[in-house]
Amino acid sequence: MSTDVLVIGGGIAGIQASLDIADKGGKVYLVEKTPSIGGRMAQLDKTFPTNDCSICILAPKMADCYGHPNIDVLTYSEVVGVDGEAGKFKVKVLRKARYVDETKCTGCEECVAKCPQKVPNEFDQGLGERKVIYMPFAQAVPRVVTIDKENCTWFIKEKCGACKILCEREAVDFDQKDEEVVLDVGSIIVAIGYDIWDPTPASEYGYGKYPNVFTGMEYERMINASGPTGGEMKRRSDGERPHKLAFIQCVGSRNPQLGHAYCCSVCCMFSTKEAMLAREHHDDIDSTIFYKDLRAFGKGFFEYVERAKNDYGVRYINSDATVQENPENNNPIVVYDVAGRPEKEEFDMVVLATTLVPRPDAIKIAEMLGIPLTEFKFFESKDRILAPMDTVREGVYLAGYCREPMDIPEAVAEASAAAARAVETVLAKGVTG
Amino acid sequence: MEPEEQTPETPIEQEEQAPQTPVVQQEPIAEPPVEPDEEAPETPPTPDSEELRIGVFVCHCGTNIGGFVDVPAVVEYVKTLPNVAFARDNLYTCAEDGLTAIRDAIKEHKLNRVIVASCTPRTHAPLFQGVCEEAGLNKYLFEFANIREQCSWVHMKEKEDATRKAKDLIKSSVSKAALLVPQEEMKVDVVPRSLVIGGGVAGLSAALSVARQGFDVHLVEKEGVLGGFTRNLNSLSLGDKSAEDTIKPLIEHVQAHENITVHLNSQVESVSGFIGNFDTTIVTNGSSKEVKVGTIIVATGALEYIPEGLYGYGMYDNVVTLTEFEILCKSGKLPKIKNVAFIQCVGSRGQDKSYCSRICCVISIKNALYITENFAEIMGEEGAERVEVDVSVPEISSRRRRRRRMVSAEGEAAPGPAPTGGPEITIFNRDVTTYGADHEVYYNKAREKRIRFVRYTTDNLPKVTQEGDKLVVNYYHETLKTERKLQADMVVLATPLIAPPDAADLSKKLKIPIGRDGFFLEAHMKLRPIDFATDGIFVCGTARGPADITESVAQGLGTASRAAIPMARGFIQAEAILAQVDPEICTGCGTCEANCPYGAIRLSDDGVAEVLAAACKGCGCCGATCPEKAIQMMNYTDDQLLAQGRSILQGAM
Ligand SMILES: Cc1cc2nc3c(=O)[nH]c(=O)nc-3n(C[C@H](O)[C@H](O)[C@H](O)COP(=O)(O)OP(=O)(O)OC[C@H]3O[C@@H](n4cnc5c(N)ncnc54)[C@H](O)[C@@H]3O)c2cc1C
Ligand SMILES: Cc1cc2nc3c(=O)[nH]c(=O)nc-3n(C[C@H](O)[C@H](O)[C@H](O)COP(=O)(O)OP(=O)(O)OC[C@H]3O[C@@H](n4cnc5c(N)ncnc54)[C@H](O)[C@@H]3O)c2cc1C
Ligand code: SF4
Ligand code: SF4
Ligand code: SF4
Ligand code: SF4
Ligand code: SF4
Repeated sequence: MSTDVLVIGGGIAGIQASLDIADKGGKVYLVEKTPSIGGRMAQLDKTFPTNDCSICILAPKMADCYGHPNIDVLTYSEVVGVDGEAGKFKVKVLRKARYVDETKCTGCEECVAKCPQKVPNEFDQGLGERKVIYMPFAQAVPRVVTIDKENCTWFIKEKCGACKILCEREAVDFDQKDEEVVLDVGSIIVAIGYDIWDPTPASEYGYGKYPNVFTGMEYERMINASGPTGGEMKRRSDGERPHKLAFIQCVGSRNPQLGHAYCCSVCCMFSTKEAMLAREHHDDIDSTIFYKDLRAFGKGFFEYVERAKNDYGVRYINSDATVQENPENNNPIVVYDVAGRPEKEEFDMVVLATTLVPRPDAIKIAEMLGIPLTEFKFFESKDRILAPMDTVREGVYLAGYCREPMDIPEAVAEASAAAARAVETVLAKGVTG
Repeated sequence: MEPEEQTPETPIEQEEQAPQTPVVQQEPIAEPPVEPDEEAPETPPTPDSEELRIGVFVCHCGTNIGGFVDVPAVVEYVKTLPNVAFARDNLYTCAEDGLTAIRDAIKEHKLNRVIVASCTPRTHAPLFQGVCEEAGLNKYLFEFANIREQCSWVHMKEKEDATRKAKDLIKSSVSKAALLVPQEEMKVDVVPRSLVIGGGVAGLSAALSVARQGFDVHLVEKEGVLGGFTRNLNSLSLGDKSAEDTIKPLIEHVQAHENITVHLNSQVESVSGFIGNFDTTIVTNGSSKEVKVGTIIVATGALEYIPEGLYGYGMYDNVVTLTEFEILCKSGKLPKIKNVAFIQCVGSRGQDKSYCSRICCVISIKNALYITENFAEIMGEEGAERVEVDVSVPEISSRRRRRRRMVSAEGEAAPGPAPTGGPEITIFNRDVTTYGADHEVYYNKAREKRIRFVRYTTDNLPKVTQEGDKLVVNYYHETLKTERKLQADMVVLATPLIAPPDAADLSKKLKIPIGRDGFFLEAHMKLRPIDFATDGIFVCGTARGPADITESVAQGLGTASRAAIPMARGFIQAEAILAQVDPEICTGCGTCEANCPYGAIRLSDDGVAEVLAAACKGCGCCGATCPEKAIQMMNYTDDQLLAQGRSILQGAM
């Protein structure tokens, strides 16, 4: 029997679930696939409806989590096998080699400065570049660097090694190997979050074709002071900053043809936020939001939209919209309709609220755990009314966006809920043997 | 200590919740400017007779500080400061060798105060304090100087000035450190028992989970039965059973659990104390009982808004609210209807209520589908002609009695012809708010079933009138730009959930805030959605704001997790950075009590303020607002802060 708990996914949901359990004295293994915990929330600029700086409120939680004596944070790791049952799961975790000794690296990033190789930065949605030895983002936890083996000159042609030569702490270790560890845990919480759908296939929006069409997450990175443009909005075509922004809602979502017949729950609000933030950056920016239904249903959300309209001059137009381009200046042209009449309007940047989709890993993890997914590939609750956190497999619980589209506070509340269920299980199993 | 995090941060409530961000250090420093002749003595008096031996560790933080501040020069300067017995630099003070250097120096140089000049206390203070404790030094004798965020990072282009500022910052910390005194942290036992107020799905889920985590629970429900608002409902979205059958197992589990005591027909009369030790009085049918609990979960739910005077409600028969419609279906009293119009957002979204009630769109769709799917059955041969609502919910029955009187004064409506064919359903909406996957699937299903969705705007609200024995909805067709008419056998109004009227009373008893929307206000909108700012009290379900059952259950379980934390630990260790009242100076004005965001200071029986140490966060709100200056913050006393401020100002002169 084990009373330890495994949490898969180190986004806000996974972090909160881990903290809740650890604070009660339970031992937690938090397995995160990427080099840092934080998840999507770490990428956001501000958060609706308070416009709190996202990383500023998240960072202390990340630090608490990593520093917690009862939490073992395994980053750059993946669950590769699960055996057993509630109370006695055996979980195989692959700890990928980061080629840097976590215990020696202090995160000074001197090596990063010297590394000659650059690749697109996934944390910035590919907008900027990062080095091949890299800190995923300024506030990453743990504060250690990782070598991206695929692109490293040392691994490709056994040349360079600049980082190793430079590191005074001798933290770089090209001989590190992937490692497999086996954990004994009593219950498991799945919190692997969501991905962002690439809207290129929906050609009517012009993404990938017209340079000045962006996704919402690209925009979040762009307006973030520590993002790829240092907080400046820049058109892809000419680097100029926009004065007239259009936001298009439900891009790919609520669309059965594309297999996303659901609503993402957060994009009406994040576009509202993004339009407000544009005005905060430059008070001559005008924003228009094209929406199907304006879903402002959370605490303080409708009031937030009213504020966007009244205090930030955000214009809302109820219409489907598609994008064309003015070839002379690369300005996107939004085509929409008012009372059945087609209209066109030229903007200098378009931001698409693309569907947020389940992570591809969901399929793998569901199989490993023997739990079903919904028709949209979210994890399926055992009972969607009274036991939302439970799965059909005893001892396996769900939290956050991987279960159902939701915003940060809901993910936090659900994480606590999943923590409660996990603790109930390990206690019950501990008693009954 | 992170007061910012604990502060309620609802955008709409910001003004109400002043002070928004309690800043510990600012207020006391905002003293009248220091007169140069009033200067503090170069060597401040020591708090005890022991010789002061301050150790200072200056960090390069790789190149983060070292790249912009001349660290070795700073160390040399620090060595010349009064009471500094030892100073050195470290490449990384936080790395294991850096920490060892602190430990060794404390022993070797008999240091009795330690200062680290590096990054931010927010992330690193606990680490360095821990090292001090390991070396036998009370952690309150540690002081931080932030020369990264507050210096090197903001002065990357002014290296000389950055070095000078780093010196000043450390000098001011040295002045403060000289006045630090050791503090004992208070440990308070936590009673392993929860009080759950409200026996709806949220309270039931919370109670069951707390019990299953091994703690006693007292569940207080003011009605005579458990189940809450859900008892009024007919079917449930996502469900295939009746609402009552769906929640029956949950109620049974609660009733059967040995750790749970259910108090029906009961109310919480009074609450005093603080986290870990709340004294509560539960009154049941006039007799009262004292119960001591460690934590409290508020799950008092919400009620339906009564659309008095809107869309013919209270005037015409067959204009009903969603809840009334569900009750009619459930009790088999639905009259013969064929054309049904639902009107959404009645009284919500900037009308009487400012908010969107989140769930009424899916509830209307659920009921529309219920009609289409059960048309034949609910329209049985002998369907009742007129709306009769006979229910256990008192609010509804009394409303109905009033309405029936009005109707009979106008004369009975003649029975209409029995409907033929399928039902025709129209949902007048402003935006169909079926968010997420679970709700949107219902919307998609409704469109497949040919339920009509007609959008209206607040500039052109639909109007409900009666022509003969038929209700008529007059509306403006936004696409066709024309006025239109729709005959309806019944009009169903989707009204928002609202906070129950007695929420205000509970808010006073528990000292928990209510937001402008009338619902209870959480500690932080993003990251503490189900905690109150006051430790040990939590909120879930529709008491917090509109939510469906799934969300209410999740929040109920969530509060069970939150509440179990201090109970599983068995004690709480309060930081020693607390407010301290001088009873000689305090006049008992009560300003502090009104300003404390955590309910941690109150007037005692002898009329002076007393601090509830376990609840105090040391945010300083009371100290900053006390007109008599009767309050000092331990470790941030006026003397300490003035010494710190003076030495900075001296540097500037
Ligand atoms: C553009 C945009 C703006 C937004 N703005 C806001 C806002 O202002 N306010 C708000 O409340 N919400 C906002 N949201 C929504 C918010 O991002 C989510 O609600 C929240 O991040 C969900 O948290 P999560 O922990 O469930 O998922 P995630 O943040 O996705 O975290 C999941 C974690 O699991 C990890 N993981 C994935 N697969 C595996 C695996 N196989 N093994 C181990 N780990 C794995 C991931 O790397 C990640 O760290 C926004 C979303 C977008 C797209
Ligand atoms: C018309 C309508 C249809 C709905 N349909 C659905 C649906 O199909 N699916 C769905 O998921 N949700 C539905 N809901 C929402 C659902 O009713 C709520 O989510 C649920 O009732 C919330 O549960 P709760 O425990 O938070 O509050 P409640 O159910 O309101 O319970 C609160 C309890 O606290 C008690 N109480 C209040 N004050 C005190 C006090 N001071 N002291 C002691 N006890 C007190 C009350 O008596 C009550 O028993 C519907 C709501 C409405 C209005
Ligand atoms: S690997 Fe070495 S040089 Fe690179 S960040 Fe870590 S400690 Fe610094
Ligand atoms: S060895 Fe690889 S990671 Fe290191 S500096 Fe060279 S390319 Fe960069
Ligand atoms: S939240 Fe808004 S933009 Fe996003 S899918 Fe739902 S309706 Fe569309
Ligand atoms: S009817 Fe729909 S849009 Fe209106 S308040 Fe209710 S949930 Fe919100
Ligand atoms: S504000 Fe000051 S004087 Fe007034 S009650 Fe509080 S401590 Fe006493």
